Amino acid sequence: MNNLAATAPGAPPRRTIDIVNESLKRRYARERRFRLMGAIAVGLGLAFVVLLFADIVSKGYTAFQQTYIRLPVTLTASIVDPAGTRDIESISGANYNQLIKDALRQQFPEVTDRRELRRLSSMLSVGAPQLLRERVMEDSSLIGTTQEIWVLADDDIDMLVKGNIDREAAQGDRRVTDEVIGWVGQLEQQGRIEKRFNTIFFTHGTSREPELAGIAGALMGSLYTLTLTFLLSFPIGVGAALYLEEFAPKNRWTDLIEVNVNNLAAVPSIVFGLLGLAVFIGFFGVPRSTPLVAALVMTIMTLPTIIIASRVALKSVPPSIREAALGVGASALQTQFHHVLPLALPGMLTGAIIGMARALGETAPLLMIGMIAFIVDVPSGFTDSATVLPVQIFLWADSPERGFVERTSAAIMVLLAFLFLMNFVAVMLRRKFERRW
Amino acid sequence: MYAWILILTLLAVMAVAYQLGIKRAISSVGGLTQINALHSLPSYYGLYAALWAGIPALLLMGLWIGFQDQIVTSLVTANLSPDMLEGQSSGRIDLILNDIKNLATGNIVSATVTPEVQAAADQYARLERIATWSMWLAVLAVALGGMAYAWRRTGPQMRARNRVESIFLAIMIVFSSIAILTTLGIVLSVLFESLRFFDMVSPVEFFLGTNWSPQIALRADQVGATGAFGAIPLFTGTLMVSLIAMLVAVPIGLMSAIYLSEYAPRNVRAVAKPVIEILAGIPTVVYGFFAALTVAPAIRDLGALLGLEVASESALAAGLVMGIMIIPFVSSLSDDVINAVPQSMRDGSYALGATQSETIRRVIVPAALPGIVGGILLAVSRAIGETMIVVMAAGMAANLTANPLESVTTVTVQIVTLLTGDQEFDSAKTLAAFALGLTLFLVTLSLNIVALSIVRKYREQYE
Repeated sequence: MNNLAATAPGAPPRRTIDIVNESLKRRYARERRFRLMGAIAVGLGLAFVVLLFADIVSKGYTAFQQTYIRLPVTLTASIVDPAGTRDIESISGANYNQLIKDALRQQFPEVTDRRELRRLSSMLSVGAPQLLRERVMEDSSLIGTTQEIWVLADDDIDMLVKGNIDREAAQGDRRVTDEVIGWVGQLEQQGRIEKRFNTIFFTHGTSREPELAGIAGALMGSLYTLTLTFLLSFPIGVGAALYLEEFAPKNRWTDLIEVNVNNLAAVPSIVFGLLGLAVFIGFFGVPRSTPLVAALVMTIMTLPTIIIASRVALKSVPPSIREAALGVGASALQTQFHHVLPLALPGMLTGAIIGMARALGETAPLLMIGMIAFIVDVPSGFTDSATVLPVQIFLWADSPERGFVERTSAAIMVLLAFLFLMNFVAVMLRRKFERRW
Repeated sequence: MYAWILILTLLAVMAVAYQLGIKRAISSVGGLTQINALHSLPSYYGLYAALWAGIPALLLMGLWIGFQDQIVTSLVTANLSPDMLEGQSSGRIDLILNDIKNLATGNIVSATVTPEVQAAADQYARLERIATWSMWLAVLAVALGGMAYAWRRTGPQMRARNRVESIFLAIMIVFSSIAILTTLGIVLSVLFESLRFFDMVSPVEFFLGTNWSPQIALRADQVGATGAFGAIPLFTGTLMVSLIAMLVAVPIGLMSAIYLSEYAPRNVRAVAKPVIEILAGIPTVVYGFFAALTVAPAIRDLGALLGLEVASESALAAGLVMGIMIIPFVSSLSDDVINAVPQSMRDGSYALGATQSETIRRVIVPAALPGIVGGILLAVSRAIGETMIVVMAAGMAANLTANPLESVTTVTVQIVTLLTGDQEFDSAKTLAAFALGLTLFLVTLSLNIVALSIVRKYREQYE
């Protein structure tokens, strides 16, 4: 009560409750402030998620459509099939470029200046002749007829039609000239310009031209890499976990392994790239830029995740199962393989899928082992040169063309969709097989 | 391609061996009725035969594929006329050999094809063909030999189960040693290359130098050919980006963990926690794209509005986005430790009349502090090792600056830039990447060890 005596002389002695009551207002205000700060932090975290997704979707959803120009192309027999044999060789060598250009010029008979003509033909993609060739080679009965064909437009036209190029800006500030805008307007009025579903994006490999670039090559590369990674890392991870959890004697060697696994899980991924470069490529001579070497690096990288998850799954199987099996005369290995492993398998698979999801999104170590090579062809094996989806995203993000921005975002959307799918499967597995003992 | 067919063939041989092993075991005791006389179940005899057919053959195949190219190449090189190789640098010889190989596989060649090269290519193709065929023969012979051995050994007295189980156990031991081998591989490969680097550049210059410009000389007499390898600007750049990231991640992560575990109603927590954790599952290349194309321009525009000069690849943009990425690490680790604080401590504090925020600040956070610090250290090690965000959003120029609006570069960015070009493997430039990698590995490793030991020690207190 000594501290209460320090009040002004003459005043009645203050009681503890008075001090508390005086400070209450301040303390409640502080309480509210603290609470608000917490709510703001949560709100910020949620806002970042929304912002990130909104940004990517708003940048990328337009990439699923592609601008085409409908042109009446006359497939003159003497040009398409000069030899007149309908041979693949004769048809494939024809000058399709000329056919398409002529068709476009027919639409604008008033354009005669050479410079303007060149600008006119640059409205079409450089890949358009190739697409027409593929079509004619598939169906040779088209030869000699005039077909209304949807011809792939150049990426600048695509951007213009999608509104990514400001038509009001000064001519020097945009990539298309006033005449081109006029022509596009004319074609739009005639209903000759249409945005159609972008199949090229899903069926082609990458390209220097945005309108011809697709993710098929990168997706196949990712598929090969992940398949091999899973085939290598799952058996190894499960075997290692089984040994460490169930068989290993407690000694220094197993302690060392245990510490190692935990530390490897936290090593920066780029260090695994250095390992891959020095050991797999430099020492063992595994070919660069192949799904094989990528899978080896990914296996090393995901192993700790799978081992740790598998050990947790093994731990959750109650000892009574083991005792029962041993009691009826099963050997130690039979106990594990016939009784413990089947019960722990869903948990192990969940861990493996999460590890695979991480491997699917991993980029940094792959840059070092040559996965950034520019590869147009879709890979067809584990030792073909390939790239993977996240690396493709990285490469496209570096490209200056406006058309690549939306394609990069669209590729990110595809990547995220796969990641969600994998995590969803993992959660479902856990829900379905989770058991309380 | 042929390797896959051979592996499939081997699997088929193993399947046959399994069936034969079972048949042999049953017939050795005189049919199914006498099966009790067998030491093990019949399937173990099958597995025994299959393993004998498969494992030695697979090992042989692995070795063969590993050494075939080397042997064939040395045979071809030995056959080349000496005047083609004399006085050539090793790079030229590699180029010639490459041409020979490309010619043999029908690819494009860099130089004009001389008759000698053509002859060598023919020889190379022939040797490769012979080697591939003899590999098939040898591997299949070993597989059949193993099968025959198992066939001869199979009998009622053979303890097939024990043998099979010891093989399985050995395989599992090998698998778990891979973790050790990986660490050993990382340390040795990175260490050796770093030592070679420190032969060329002194460690003092590397760790204390302030000038980083690892140009590579195209000609020996080129100006500035030696390059400068002072890594201090990289270390400060890394620290600055990580610091900005932690300034974003720690307050937001910690406060949201506190709010979600102490204040939020259960249904808010059930939604908000997993949504925030989505941030941890997004690939870093996506964050890099977001930083480079959305955040960096926004910061530049904002800077221009305020009259500030902001580099287009500022440390601030990279750090901010990295901070967003790290929020879930901090929040979920803090959430775990806050939930581990016993309820009795909260009740004690409330009983003394403390408000909820006073309890959190005076009781819960101090009690959880070691765990929180451990979590933050783990997050720091993550920030230091993060690559894609800084590669895409931070710069390449090694500025020694304390201004977050300028462009800086980091250790990981330099590792990537040094190693993604087509460089000779033993130039100082590529080796510098390994020295940086070693530094990175050691720093993150010690951070992790410290963090994990803090977390573990703390956890034991309340259990």
